[in-house]
Amino acid sequence: MKRGPIARAVLAVFFVGLLMVPSIFRRVAADRQSAKTRLDMKESLARHGFYLQEVSKAAGVDFVHQGPTLDPKLDGIMPEVASMGASVSIVDFDRDGWPDIYVTNSKSGSKNALYRNMHDGTFKDVASEMGVADVNKPGTGVSMGAVWGDYDNDGYEDLLLIKWGQPELFHNDHGHGFTRVTEQAGLPKWINANSAVWFDYDGDGLLDFFIGGYYPEDVDLWHLTTTKIMPDSFEYAKNGGRKYLFHNLGNGKFEEVSAKVGIDSRRWALAAGAADLRGTGHQDLFIANDYGVSELYLNDGKRFHEAGEETGIGFSPKSGMNVAFGDIMNQGKYSVYVSNISEEGVLIQGNNLWVPEDGTPAGTIKYQNLARDMGVELGGWSFGAQFGDLNNDGNLDLYLTNGYVSLDRNRSYWYDFSKVSGGNSTIIGDAKNWPAMDGRSLSGYQTKRVWMNDGAGRFVDVAQAVGVTDTYDGRAVAMADLWNTGALDVVVATERGPLLIYKNTVDPSNQWIEFQLEGTKSNRSAIGAELTLYWDGKKQVQEVSGGCGFAAQNDRRLHFGLGREPKIEKAVIRWPSGKAQTLDDLKSDELYKVKEPQ
Amino acid sequence: MSEQIATPNIALEKPGGKSRLLSLLDSRYTPPVFITLILLAGHLSFGMLESYQKTLLAIAASIATELVLSRFFMGKWPHLASAYITGISVGILVRSPAYWPFALGAMISITSKYVLRYKGRHLWNPSNLGISALLFLASDIVASLSIQWGNFLLPLLVIWALGAVIIWRLRRFHITGTYVVFFLLFAVLRSWMTGSPMLSEISPITGPEYQLFIFFMITDPKTTVKSKKGQCAVAFAVALVEMVMRLDRVIYAPFYALFFVGPAALLIEMWWQSRRVQAAPATA
Repeated sequence: MKRGPIARAVLAVFFVGLLMVPSIFRRVAADRQSAKTRLDMKESLARHGFYLQEVSKAAGVDFVHQGPTLDPKLDGIMPEVASMGASVSIVDFDRDGWPDIYVTNSKSGSKNALYRNMHDGTFKDVASEMGVADVNKPGTGVSMGAVWGDYDNDGYEDLLLIKWGQPELFHNDHGHGFTRVTEQAGLPKWINANSAVWFDYDGDGLLDFFIGGYYPEDVDLWHLTTTKIMPDSFEYAKNGGRKYLFHNLGNGKFEEVSAKVGIDSRRWALAAGAADLRGTGHQDLFIANDYGVSELYLNDGKRFHEAGEETGIGFSPKSGMNVAFGDIMNQGKYSVYVSNISEEGVLIQGNNLWVPEDGTPAGTIKYQNLARDMGVELGGWSFGAQFGDLNNDGNLDLYLTNGYVSLDRNRSYWYDFSKVSGGNSTIIGDAKNWPAMDGRSLSGYQTKRVWMNDGAGRFVDVAQAVGVTDTYDGRAVAMADLWNTGALDVVVATERGPLLIYKNTVDPSNQWIEFQLEGTKSNRSAIGAELTLYWDGKKQVQEVSGGCGFAAQNDRRLHFGLGREPKIEKAVIRWPSGKAQTLDDLKSDELYKVKEPQ
Repeated sequence: MSEQIATPNIALEKPGGKSRLLSLLDSRYTPPVFITLILLAGHLSFGMLESYQKTLLAIAASIATELVLSRFFMGKWPHLASAYITGISVGILVRSPAYWPFALGAMISITSKYVLRYKGRHLWNPSNLGISALLFLASDIVASLSIQWGNFLLPLLVIWALGAVIIWRLRRFHITGTYVVFFLLFAVLRSWMTGSPMLSEISPITGPEYQLFIFFMITDPKTTVKSKKGQCAVAFAVALVEMVMRLDRVIYAPFYALFFVGPAALLIEMWWQSRRVQAAPATA
């Protein structure tokens, strides 16, 4: 060293300064991203414009999810591999104008629940009398999720149930009961699926559906012939279940056409959603895969082509567990939220918020991940998430649930997990090489995120402040205006935990408008219909969804927050048939029921 | 990482009869070329890099810091192979959704060479120190690569074969070999002690993190002791400390083990040498 002691001292100070940089960043990020103080309803309404109160007991809902118990060969890691199955979907199955709730159970012999909305703030489980409860019989697998769509256009939503086992289709008999039509429809005997979505991919007015396999379909998780059932890589696995696209033939039968239309993947799908991402009039299919990159299948109305890399979403392999679409900047474009794993000190994948870039040629799309810039990147072991305007201020907020396995609070399985997950495929791929969990937690007891959108490109977590304080292992999130109050309530299915119903109270000075669409030439569920609302110089697009998030489906009704004293210009609906319809003279704080013009 | 792997002694051994390839293997450019090949192979086969920008940022920050500090404190322009390896190592091994850890890790690594010195030698392997510091101080936003390479056999075999040949040519294979042998022995011992499946204990060494650790980090001539026996003893000590840390379920045990053992070994060597120098006139 040629310099004297002063220069060396300066250098030492510089070095210490470098070491202090992480703590400075941490402090700045904490101050900016989260409101940690718990508030009561009055304070929360004053500060954030809404408050979520967990009311399941008061609403008469005492559902507790029971997890699967698989082949004893997996006993050592059972909590890890048998960690899914809690799902929730919203449907008005009896067309009484009040959203009902369907939830799945996953223990062999356990029963699913269909909570009928009693219009008085309570729900009643009618699954058994309707014939959709006893669907987890031994030998048939157990439920993993459910999505609703009116496949025969009779006006009543039918039920597609996916399982680690035999998928089931139930026809809704005009709200009076359900008839199992699985065999007639032509569904396969066994799919180990965690994702399904209804959409009319070819625009023929009949709903089709996609099912994404997770474990390979030849694996019976209750009767294993081998323990080599795990992914062969933590981030590049392609040994998962196959994908299915069932084309509705219109006579109660479906034809499996995935290979014919270009969907061919054995990645480990955990979530899927369909939306017209490019404005072509056709819904594209976005798949979030565990142990690998996401896939985006662009739809030209007849065939799909996988464009993950081309669109920028298919490069960074993570642990995708959610697909939610939201026009977060009120620009008439969907961003896509994909949840992943972040565990301090171990694995920081970060969730992805894929925001479309401006200026791409018509019919094409390119995304950039702005999760970090917008403050929605770190959410623990993230699972289900949904966009919705929770405080009716005109900006879509984001609700995220999380937490994987909550057992012993003081002992973590992460060390064992990281040891094996980085190893060679022959080691990671065989369950017998995974150390026993022995009651250890894996990213358990995590706090949830309710990210409030400021409309200027930043989200701030207010979960604790607005009443979301649970630490259950959350899986599925669905949103609906359960009590027709003009506020979006949140229903959360938790693994081996209670069904949570967060009733939303919103500052009444923030107004809203809702739309219930019904197709005529288009599929009657109007899945894929897009409504763009113009007000106060802003516009926001929303789409009727046939399933999104993780193992979830929001209410088909579209809810828009409008802020204070809004001036609504118009709403433009683009129906799946291609028809456009403009609605004028709209008033706030109203629900509009709109039928597709003939 | 082995920022100075081509020592002057080794670099001078270039007999005319050798092929150009072997000469190249002996040169100080070998490690940068090798690590670049690993990076490219990993990325082209698996898309390993989350973003080119982050890796380039780490390399740029590393080189810039080296240029400034070397010019200012050493009075000369440095050879940039060392800084390049540090930058690329940070770029590969650090995993973070943010950009700043890549620049910061590289800057800490390089600056440590100029600050943490004793009797004219820097004590810590720069990238080992930089990465360990990030993992310890910024655990909320930084993790280390453990899986980005894929989990497949072919790339593993290629990198091991290529790495072994190069390390052999550079006469440091005994360090790698000693470490690997003792890692495996300790893995068997851990499995016996904890009841964990043996392959789960062996599993880490089959991952990419260890390929970089074994071939680049523990073989760094600037931060390893001089004698061959001493080098083997240090490799053994690293494996031993790592084993103890693994029993305590420390995820980044190899990095931390080298962080503690490397400088301790150098200090002991310096102390030992100074004693011999002091004792020499008396015995003479």
